Amino acid sequence: MKKLSKTTKSSLVTYGIVAAAYLFCEVLMRTGHMSSLLKGILVPVCIYAILAVSLNLTVGILGELSLGHAGFMCVGAFASAIFSKCMAEAIPVPLVRFILALLIGVACAGLCGVLIGIPVLRLRGDYLAIVTLAFGEIIKNLINAVYLGLDSNGFHISMKDALSLNMEEDGQIIIKGAQGITGTPSDSNFTIGVILVLLTLVIVIHLVHSRTGRAIMSIRDNRIAAESIGINITKYKMLAFSISASLAGAAGVLYAHNLATLTASSKNFGYNMSIMILVFVVLGGIGSIRGSMIAAVVLTLLPELLRFLNEYRMLIYAVVLIVTMILTWSPGAIELRERYSLAKLFHKKEKEVQ
Amino acid sequence: MSFVSYLLNGISLGSVYAIIALGYTMVYGIAKMLNFAHGDVIMIGSYVVFVAVNRTGLPVPVSILLSAAVCTILGVVIERVAYKPLRHASKLAVLITAIGVSYFLQNVALLIFGADTKAFSSVVSMKPIQLADGQLNISGETIVTVAACIVIMVCLMAFIKYSKAGHAMLAVSEDGGAAQLMGINVNGTIALTFAIGSALAAVAGVLLCSTYPSLTPYTGAMPGIKAFVAAVFGGIGSIPGAFIGGILLGVIEILGKAYISSQLADAIVFSVLIIVLVVKPTGLLGKQIQEKV
Repeated sequence: MKKLSKTTKSSLVTYGIVAAAYLFCEVLMRTGHMSSLLKGILVPVCIYAILAVSLNLTVGILGELSLGHAGFMCVGAFASAIFSKCMAEAIPVPLVRFILALLIGVACAGLCGVLIGIPVLRLRGDYLAIVTLAFGEIIKNLINAVYLGLDSNGFHISMKDALSLNMEEDGQIIIKGAQGITGTPSDSNFTIGVILVLLTLVIVIHLVHSRTGRAIMSIRDNRIAAESIGINITKYKMLAFSISASLAGAAGVLYAHNLATLTASSKNFGYNMSIMILVFVVLGGIGSIRGSMIAAVVLTLLPELLRFLNEYRMLIYAVVLIVTMILTWSPGAIELRERYSLAKLFHKKEKEVQ
Repeated sequence: MSFVSYLLNGISLGSVYAIIALGYTMVYGIAKMLNFAHGDVIMIGSYVVFVAVNRTGLPVPVSILLSAAVCTILGVVIERVAYKPLRHASKLAVLITAIGVSYFLQNVALLIFGADTKAFSSVVSMKPIQLADGQLNISGETIVTVAACIVIMVCLMAFIKYSKAGHAMLAVSEDGGAAQLMGINVNGTIALTFAIGSALAAVAGVLLCSTYPSLTPYTGAMPGIKAFVAAVFGGIGSIPGAFIGGILLGVIEILGKAYISSQLADAIVFSVLIIVLVVKPTGLLGKQIQEKV
């Protein structure tokens, strides 16, 4: 057998972890050892894992901070929910409907990524972060203000209220302003969620280890050096950003088809959500795909298992963000770490000599 | 007449944004970092005044001074604990830390004061002025807010122009390394900037909550972000820019709310930010800085 390279081995381990976790959960479910509470958060776990891996593509691989990741998720969720609701009768097979909805959600989120990327990716650092944040809030605001209806004459849209849609009698309201979309068919389940997680991992890991991925990482490490060896900065930045956006859209599709009611509140698609995904990425290790997946799963499961910590959860997240950053970057901490590891190294050498 | 009263409301809100934006713009100019937690310092300042006035019954001027003192200490402590160790770290790390601090403050306030909205009683006891046969009503809050904003702006510009510490701030924002070689205490100057910015945040918090009397742990977040938008709008690092940006943003927000859609007001404000950054990334009064290899 041909010997596997280190990166292939590492990615196979990642896929293996997902498969093993899936089998473990399935066995627990089949044998009836899983509480209904735990069953209820299996799909959210998948959603967060996809979000964390996709945000890591922007933050860890591209090296730009996006605070509007929940905005892309929102676009994916609403685009696909509109489709599924309109097609609920026309396409009776749930799986076919879901796949089509997924494609639409991903495409819409990706398109938004490109549209927002054109102006945003010219900026750097803090400006980019604040504009992505602004974008996320704009999306949430717009969706909360919009009313969309469908009747025999086609779509009606209004920013005021349901009455000003002027629909025929057979009309059906799809988006009801701040009340969102109700009655989306729940086409998603745990198996579909895990398949999507695997797909996300395959896409991101392949991208990172390809020539394109190396170009993206060179932009992160030194933009000017990358430009001087002929790497098209805008193209690669845009590529990474829009792929990250469309994967977030996929998570949104999963979210929309897991719940019967879809609203855009600050809890699920707002700034807080974007920060939570960022916490997953930071804690899992910026740039580590497997790390962000595991962090997302653990941090979603942990508060459910430790209910008493719920009040302090956000506080702990905040402290985790600060402490992780200081431990990784402050000169004092770096020095301490180096001394410690050197001591270990010397220790090893002494043993070898003996 | 309704247009004029909307305009006045806009200028009043804009003055609050301008005072908050000052804190952002000074810190950004000197430490080259976006202090995300600035908005939450506002919230803490408002809670201090709320507790001092409503619970312990302290007189208003004393409680405002107390709030400014608490915020100043808070600002300096945040800088010392969270930002100073990361002075030479990557921008991403600093930004994530700042977000962490912002989140930390929100959740501490949530644990101490609870999530329910507190009714903040206005600290302004001035009577409203009636103009044009009672058609135009200017509230005391509006007058005090605009006056406070102008006084703060003038004092701050004089401080930077004429005092030694102000010169040190200018020098550090121009070139930190060179300033250090000239014998300027860079860390001290940065701490002073945080102290001034945070004290201003306390004042802004009191004015904001006097006009919009509801206080929750998330009160500071949105005005904070909007004030950053104002700072970017006017050109980050520029004090008159923060003033102009703040006023313009306040007027745009109130007029947008009145004439376009109240739900879309935030979306309008943020669209302004994106347009400004695309058309003129350095803002109205900002300087173009060439990047060197």
